[in-house]
Amino acid sequence: MSGAPAILVRDLRKSYGEVEAVRGIDFEVDSGQVFGLLGPNGAGKTTTVEILEGYRRRSGGIVSVLGHDPDGRPRALRERVGIVLQSAAIYRHVTVREALGHWAAMYPHPRDVEATIALAGLGDAAGVRAQRLSGGQQRRLDLALALVGDPELIFLDEPTTGFDPAARRAAWDAVRALAELGKTVLLTTHYLDEAQALCDRVAIVKDGRILVEGRPAELGVGASGRSRITWRDASGELQTRVTGAPTALLHQLTSAALARGEELRELSVSRPSLEEVYLELTSELGAAGPGGAGADDQMREEVTGG
Amino acid sequence: MADALALAWRQYRLERRMFWRNPTAAFFNFLLPLLFLFLFGAVFAGSQANLNVVVPGIAGLSVVSTTFSALAMNMVFLREQGVLKRLRGTPMPTGAYLGGLLSSAVTNAAVQLVIVVVAGRAFFGIGWPEDVAELAVFGAAGVVCFASLGIALAHAIPNFDSAPAYVNAIFLPLIFISGVFYDADDAPAFLRDIAQALPLTHLVDGLSGALVTGVSLTDNLSHLAVVGLWAAAGVVLAVRGFSWEARRA
Repeated sequence: MSGAPAILVRDLRKSYGEVEAVRGIDFEVDSGQVFGLLGPNGAGKTTTVEILEGYRRRSGGIVSVLGHDPDGRPRALRERVGIVLQSAAIYRHVTVREALGHWAAMYPHPRDVEATIALAGLGDAAGVRAQRLSGGQQRRLDLALALVGDPELIFLDEPTTGFDPAARRAAWDAVRALAELGKTVLLTTHYLDEAQALCDRVAIVKDGRILVEGRPAELGVGASGRSRITWRDASGELQTRVTGAPTALLHQLTSAALARGEELRELSVSRPSLEEVYLELTSELGAAGPGGAGADDQMREEVTGG
Repeated sequence: MADALALAWRQYRLERRMFWRNPTAAFFNFLLPLLFLFLFGAVFAGSQANLNVVVPGIAGLSVVSTTFSALAMNMVFLREQGVLKRLRGTPMPTGAYLGGLLSSAVTNAAVQLVIVVVAGRAFFGIGWPEDVAELAVFGAAGVVCFASLGIALAHAIPNFDSAPAYVNAIFLPLIFISGVFYDADDAPAFLRDIAQALPLTHLVDGLSGALVTGVSLTDNLSHLAVVGLWAAAGVVLAVRGFSWEARRA
């Protein structure tokens, strides 16, 4: 792998009229790396990726993709990049094999069509027209179309949104296979576990900025063992605790309540949402968080301690 | 360049294959004009004067349905489904792609014109074209005009579900006032005035000269000019409003 990063982004900005979708993003993706942009809907992930793909023009900053400026969509760059969009259909009336053959002809050094069909797990559907494919098969065709040109760099925009668990696992296996082939992958996701499972590095994006960037374990993305327990106490006040050991805490709470002869009304156990992790991160990084509640402090410790 | 031509040719072949696999497109773009030709031919059988109007009229209708209607629907579908955006991310040159796509529509128009001419000769008492060059010139001008207007219209259509409504809201009135099925001179004056401003009347007049009346190209230049003006406006609108992506919600 060469020393130059596959993707370099410096102070990237994008405005749609008054709305600033991307407000100064910096990151680098090394060759052969799987890099994830993690964030909620509207965070600016897709805008960032679409600027790198050449679909949108940036309002400011520097961007380099495989040594090219993607603005202007140079063909030399398009020949080396594979793109899987969030949702894009293909011609209804062509078969999987025909579509891949047509796509392969656009690239200087395409992969073998049959091998690509096998790689994408579409062996049984090679002669099926696109309109008769199942949803999962269509997504695999999306991936196959992005791979048939044998790109060095692959963009995957929310590759598993809307998937059932089995389909997600299959998609994860496909991304891991790309990594094993030495491809550089930039993916966006709003699933913590997906970023953790697939990415060498992750940048958490919110409101058009990167909050934090690093290896998934460093970001506390792995803090999925935490649970939030809420109930309404005897005085009617809503109580919240966040813990890494929900069994013990529940035991304490319930036995204490039983001893007092009280009911733990509205008792619930839930996992902290992605949004809460973001809030933790923002308060951590911005040093302007509301703080106060012990639960928040505990949560923050776990996030940064991972 | 050779590479772009090869890709355009591949795209063209794929478009042809897709066209025949899509029964709706094949019916509306191909069979409907021929159905009209034979229905009106049957209705007007025995009245050569009427047949002389209907055959060039259907020839004009064929150009409109194979280019204007077909491209407006197709471009909206490709844009809204994300096919255009996906293609935009590949090395396929824009010119090669659009060249292949448009050539397919032109092929349909040309094949239709040939069928109408042959049917006119075989069944409707109209001889071989009076002026083949004039037929080619008006055919080409009509194709450019209605293809570009179809693409321009696609820009104004917000989603695929509403595409047939938009297209037919223009297509149906257009063919009824433009003298496709009857002599436009018989229409009331206000309709005649509207039709005179629209390109199809002039295309049909030109095709009528080429196929039936023998009015020469030089005498039909004013008709050609109107079609040409619409074509110029159509090309500008088609290029200016072109969008590779569905509108943002």
